[in-house]
Amino acid sequence: MHIDYYPGCTIKASAGQYETSVRAVLATLGIQMKEMEQWNCCGVVHSLASDNLIRHIAPIRVFARLQEQGGSEMLTLCDMCYNTLSQANHLVRQNARQRESINDFIEAEEDYDGEIHVLHLLQILRDRVGYQTIKKHVRRALQGLTVFPYYGCKLLRPGGMGIDDPEAPRVLRDLMHTLGAAVADDPLQTQCCGSYHIVNHDEIVSRRVGKIAARALERGADVIVLSCPLCHFNLDTRQALVDSPLPVLYFTQLMGVAFGLDLDVLGLNQHHIDPLMLLQQRGFVQEEEALV
Amino acid sequence: MIKITASGRPNELLRKAAALSGQDLFACYQCGTCSAGCPMVAEMDLLPDQLIRHVLFGMSDALESTAIWVCASCYLCDERCPRGIDVSKIMEALRQIWLRQNEDYVHVAQLPKETLAELPPIALVANFRKNTG
Repeated sequence: MHIDYYPGCTIKASAGQYETSVRAVLATLGIQMKEMEQWNCCGVVHSLASDNLIRHIAPIRVFARLQEQGGSEMLTLCDMCYNTLSQANHLVRQNARQRESINDFIEAEEDYDGEIHVLHLLQILRDRVGYQTIKKHVRRALQGLTVFPYYGCKLLRPGGMGIDDPEAPRVLRDLMHTLGAAVADDPLQTQCCGSYHIVNHDEIVSRRVGKIAARALERGADVIVLSCPLCHFNLDTRQALVDSPLPVLYFTQLMGVAFGLDLDVLGLNQHHIDPLMLLQQRGFVQEEEALV
Repeated sequence: MIKITASGRPNELLRKAAALSGQDLFACYQCGTCSAGCPMVAEMDLLPDQLIRHVLFGMSDALESTAIWVCASCYLCDERCPRGIDVSKIMEALRQIWLRQNEDYVHVAQLPKETLAELPPIALVANFRKNTG
């Protein structure tokens, strides 16, 4: 099967290892990603002001373009894209007046009325592929590895728009168990990493990240997994306050390791905190593979 | 000093905050659940429940608080509010009232070039959408 794919800016700019690992993992599962022929930035954050319609035009234009291309479902990997697209879709579906107003101003595209379904990759894996099928592809079970799933905000909230329980999610835990890993849970998994404050108040991010990583360490975690490229950047680059920084991986990178895929497509060498040493020590990756 | 008017009309700040957020601030009964759960309170001068109270009284310090900029819209307070108030929308409304006075909170041209080069696009776009008009 194939699915129409909206990458978003950051996947193409600084989260290349996420995309290449996703492609490899999905190919193993028999799913092809078909990147949209034309797309633009989603706007990243959903405007919460009642009159700020112009801020919704970017995500709605993305939907209108996929509609023109004949698509009906849109896959996203980035939590922020997923959130912004979902909330814009919800607005268009619920509010006829605002929908008309927005459509009036996107003359280059067809009118869009909310027909496209936006799906996060984790939903595809959980709801379409299923854990049983994923388990069949595991060649190197991650036994002995303790994983701290970090969800952050945008995958889960606002409630009803997120892909899992807004405060007690389990999708990453179930997925990591499927790969044979142990999981450390904690309430800080669903708390903000400091987000865009990295631009002008990175001390706030350092404090948030420090707290989250220290807790993960306390719970016995070897590695943090997540799906959001902004959380990834913050957690991977701002663990200076933590005694022994934990590697931070996209969940698909660990799926790739468990599936026994080529390391060069998994991008394990594209992190500030090196995960390869740990993976070698635990025997999930051979030394000669890591050199590639 | 708090000046409370008895005209029965909402103060200007409250009127604008309610209009932009679409929220009924009077629904807040000051239980503090939003502030108890907020992961950012350690960085705030006024806590979310205090901010709501100050806006209800028309106190201008609500607009001068760092708290409205510290909130990164993680929606945890919205999830937990027993009165169904979307506190994150009130925060956004207060930021918008400030920004619509034709001032930016973050001055993009003054950010160091290395910062701009290092950061992922989602960090920059999100920051500028929240902090500039």
